[in-house]
Amino acid sequence: MLLYVLRRLLTAIPTMFVIVTVAFFLIRVAPGGPFNQERGLQPAIKANLEAQFGLNDPLWLQYLNYMNNLLHGNFGPSYNLPDFTVGELFANGLPVSIQLGSMALVLALLVGGALGIVAALNQNRAADYAVIAMATAGSTIPTFVIAPLIQLLFGLTWMLLPIGGWGGGAFVNKIGPVITLSLPQIAIVARLMRGSMIEALRAHHIRTARALGLSDWSVIVKHALRGAVLPIVSYAGPAAAALLTGSIIVETIFAIPGVGRYFVDAALNRDYTLVMGTVVVIALFTIAFNLIVDILYAVVDPRVRYD
Amino acid sequence: MTDVATAAALGKSQVVGRSLWGDAWARLRANKAAMFSLFYLVLMAVACIVGPWLVPHSYTTIYQDYVRTPPSLEAYPKAEMIETALGDAVRRMRADVKDWRQEDERIFVTLTSSREIDDRNTRYLDRSDTFDDARLESKSADGTEAVMSASIKQQYFFFGTDNTGRDLLSRTLMAGRISLAIGLLAGVTAVVIGVIYGATAGFSGGRTDEIMMRIVDVLYSLPFIFFVIMLVVFFGRNFVLMFLAVGAVLWLDMARIVRGQALSIRRQEYVQAAEALGVPRGGILFRHVVPNLLGPVVIYMTLLVPQVIILESFLSFLGLGVQEPMTSWGVLIAAGAQNIGSANWLLIFPAVFLVSTLFALNFLGDGLRHALDPKDR
Repeated sequence: MLLYVLRRLLTAIPTMFVIVTVAFFLIRVAPGGPFNQERGLQPAIKANLEAQFGLNDPLWLQYLNYMNNLLHGNFGPSYNLPDFTVGELFANGLPVSIQLGSMALVLALLVGGALGIVAALNQNRAADYAVIAMATAGSTIPTFVIAPLIQLLFGLTWMLLPIGGWGGGAFVNKIGPVITLSLPQIAIVARLMRGSMIEALRAHHIRTARALGLSDWSVIVKHALRGAVLPIVSYAGPAAAALLTGSIIVETIFAIPGVGRYFVDAALNRDYTLVMGTVVVIALFTIAFNLIVDILYAVVDPRVRYD
Repeated sequence: MTDVATAAALGKSQVVGRSLWGDAWARLRANKAAMFSLFYLVLMAVACIVGPWLVPHSYTTIYQDYVRTPPSLEAYPKAEMIETALGDAVRRMRADVKDWRQEDERIFVTLTSSREIDDRNTRYLDRSDTFDDARLESKSADGTEAVMSASIKQQYFFFGTDNTGRDLLSRTLMAGRISLAIGLLAGVTAVVIGVIYGATAGFSGGRTDEIMMRIVDVLYSLPFIFFVIMLVVFFGRNFVLMFLAVGAVLWLDMARIVRGQALSIRRQEYVQAAEALGVPRGGILFRHVVPNLLGPVVIYMTLLVPQVIILESFLSFLGLGVQEPMTSWGVLIAAGAQNIGSANWLLIFPAVFLVSTLFALNFLGDGLRHALDPKDR
């Protein structure tokens, strides 16, 4: 197992390398640069700025410099937010995004899982149809419709929640964003859980457990759930990576100071270092959660072995 | 299945088989939700294609008198709006309203001014969105007092108007045209690239397959939105080019699905049987492989179109997609989200159109999946 984890970590290095390299050259090939603003800087000032950040060096040299800095844990300065380094931006924003994302993930797994089990146990009955309808709605209605609707209903009409803002991390400020983030996930988890639970309940060992007279609770939670949870585990990995690295829609609509907005803003402003930083962070999260999923797989399913 | 086949073969040798597509269509027709969705989508498409010509307002016309007018089934102007519009028009003439009255569809207004009133001032009434057919009825001897009349222009804004006074109904229909067109355009692009790439990889097998799929893996691991934004950066805001490009990003899933299918079909017994019987490669490809690939492709396409529509809305929401005055559901929803406090219809109508279309596409996709899956009987 430990060997497997080590091997996976080693194979992650070339993957990261390829991703960072492709992203580096892609963003550089794009026309424009970080200091090409609409108003335009004085040519002399622009030249100085570009010289200061080494943007006039040949591209391969810039690439080597960037990689060298990256290996030393230095993401470089942000060109468009000059008061911060990219590292500082992530140090400030990432905790916010991670808080919202992890709350949404836990909510999605608990609620979605429970709904899926209820639907599977009542297959083709009213409760099942209700869950299916909800899951369809949840996965069809886009986030940028749900978020303003939540603001409209809970913020403006019933005055229960603040319309937006982070409020220093106050709990009420997190409710709206977390619900918006988790609704589509709840829908997907419920659907997956329903499918795999129906399958699991048909298995021979469940019939045996029932025949031995075990209680419903014990059959479902101890025996069926363990097998049924596998698809959810493999779904939760990429979902967690996406949720924890912030959502531009939710963070924009609810005015949350997370990292979700950086990617789009930075790419549009050619803030090269910030774009690269975001790519690295997202890739790291994705690789880490994929590894965690594979380890969890072996924990949940004893048939899976990594030797 | 085999029993039935042999029994039929023993009994009558002339059994008319149902083709895959005939069978699928029969099963789809039995699915009420899918048929209703299909009907709804056709209706929506027709409404969006024909609608903008039937609605009396163009999607770009700005009605200055009707900014953020709430939706209503009754004709505008409402009684209290006439006075405001009249006041505005008269103020532009640099005159004052002394008195006004309404007779049926015409209003009569008595104006006073410190200077002589020019006859041509009636044009200020005509220019207003509320009045039409303005006439000078009479004028006092010194010309400082005049009576003008104008008919009230009846207008309907079933969905209300937006922040600049444009009719939301015509804008929503126009937006639907764009959103649906983009969905289809990008969907077809993705399917074409994905099928060609996936089928090539699946059939070639071996090293070619290995390399082609590693390329897909690398592209897959780059954050998706990064790609899309890079494309926006490269292609500018030309939406046809851009959505061809977006389609070109979405082919990755398609390629994987088709490759997997192609690989598994190649190993099926009936393909081996055909090979053993000496059917040429091309014959196997068109008789056995392509029809079996089409099912998943059609299913994936119905899932892809709503995905593209959401993506387009998402980009437009961020201000990267379709640009004003052209519009799409995403553009309208973005504007609606910014005005939920004061004008919630700006969010509600486009959102209902978008969400109902997505629902219908989903149900249709589900129906097709059941209809086309031979294992699901």
